[in-house]
Amino acid sequence: MKQIADFTIAKREQLGEHYFTLTLQHPGNMETILPGQFVEIEVKGTREVMLRRPISIHDVDAEKGTMTLLIQIVGKGTRQLATLKEGDKLNVIYPLGHGFATDAKNPLLVGGGAGIAPLLHLAKCYNEKGVRPTILLGGRNANLIPVRDAFKPFGTLAFATEDGSLGEKGLVTQHSLFQVSNYDLIQTCGPTPMMKAIAREALKADVRCEVSLENMMACGIGACLCCVCDTDEGHKCVCKEGPVFDARKLTKWIG
Amino acid sequence: MLEVKVHNLTLKNPVMTASGTFGYGEEFADFIDISRLGGIVVKGTTGERRQGNPYPRMAETPSGMLNAVGLQNVGVGNFCSNVYPRIKDMDTNIIVNVSGSSIEEYCSVAEQIDSLENIPAIELNISCPNVKKGGMGFGTNPDMAAQVVAAVRKVYHKTLIVKLTPNVTSIVDIAKAVEQAGADSVSLINTMLGMAIDVEKQRPYLSTITGGLSGPCVKPVAVRMVWQVSHAVQIPVIGLGGICCANDALEFLMAGAKAIEVGTANFMDPTVTVKIVEGLEDYCNRHGIKDINEIIGII
Repeated sequence: MKQIADFTIAKREQLGEHYFTLTLQHPGNMETILPGQFVEIEVKGTREVMLRRPISIHDVDAEKGTMTLLIQIVGKGTRQLATLKEGDKLNVIYPLGHGFATDAKNPLLVGGGAGIAPLLHLAKCYNEKGVRPTILLGGRNANLIPVRDAFKPFGTLAFATEDGSLGEKGLVTQHSLFQVSNYDLIQTCGPTPMMKAIAREALKADVRCEVSLENMMACGIGACLCCVCDTDEGHKCVCKEGPVFDARKLTKWIG
Repeated sequence: MLEVKVHNLTLKNPVMTASGTFGYGEEFADFIDISRLGGIVVKGTTGERRQGNPYPRMAETPSGMLNAVGLQNVGVGNFCSNVYPRIKDMDTNIIVNVSGSSIEEYCSVAEQIDSLENIPAIELNISCPNVKKGGMGFGTNPDMAAQVVAAVRKVYHKTLIVKLTPNVTSIVDIAKAVEQAGADSVSLINTMLGMAIDVEKQRPYLSTITGGLSGPCVKPVAVRMVWQVSHAVQIPVIGLGGICCANDALEFLMAGAKAIEVGTANFMDPTVTVKIVEGLEDYCNRHGIKDINEIIGII
């Protein structure tokens, strides 16, 4: 069930210039969070920001009742969120949206930039089922892949950077592990051109593929109809029917 | 203490939700008890299913937002057969916002909604700024507004609320015209036509270039218009525009609104409507008010 709750920031960690993580402590019993779901968080302290900000859930500790958000500083909302300190309260609506499938036996997870965020919780969920995914993370350079070691215990981990500063040089789609027909499910989150390229390859090889979209949102719960994606079945709310969509329903979007 | 009447409707309190901001109510059921509200106005409904405008349809602006959703909805047929059975037993007044591109479409939708037992009223939307044909076109001209209202009046037999646009020289003239044509109530204001530009990308934020402005930034304009209209017509006025808290709601009530609708604030806090109900109760208690009607229109 969706819930609105005041979490406390238990930990804040700066990851280079562009990224930080917030670990949020739930005040009571935290609802179950599926991989790929997101939160809508209230941004206080600036008249420029009225609406909540949708942020994907990076990590979950159900026992402790905590979730971790990996946030990239991109605009006025995330800039304001970057000023939060440990001990501050944060009003959160969660868990939102339709997440990733976890029924694959040999999945490839591909993340780019801030899009790597939801893949950690996803990788952990696979591990609980005895599945070790292949995890491929990409960015323009090593600094733009903010989290690396955390993924290590949960799968076969590889990197692609455009300048070659980490892993193989080039795009994720040029990486030696990116042979889509070796997997039964490709799951991706990252920049739109990257996801389109991945989905195109997967569709061509007839391999199941899920993409996690990021559109501007107002409500986050399917009421305002602002965040729609033009899917093959018409406009669908990214917040409710997504953010994770089956690529086969996005052929128009993939182009 | 909070009960109010709008024509034949009895609302347990003056707090309703604004069309297009509350889905069909179901989206909010995890957060609040819908039966605590005086009423809900569900999504604008047209004769046929509509896809709405292309993304991006929303831009945040200081203390407000622009939207250009463009009446995306399932269409009246689908509403009657699929949505209505799911929501009809919610213990509140369920009002359907009726939109269209022609007088015939407005009438056809209104007629179909008329037959639904648990829908005691419609809100006729002659004020949507985000559709090319119809919508606001009907609401910006007193004669056109009167024509569409008179036509719907002939086929719709329950409480007929007409939603007005602020994008006019004199909203009072439009309100008088629709009152004359048979409206039982007017609700105001719909969004104000606005625009915002991304200067880095050197293009408008919205795919439609212009869109409807809502949120706290429009509230003073809305309060002024509610005050003007409530002094000019005999039918009850429903006030909306940027209401975020009980004090905002009280401004509208004092300006002359018999009831209010909460819109954009639902996006910021899905529990805000119930907080406003509680805030009104608290206000009445603090001020020794036995009946909220005592303060309606005191300005």
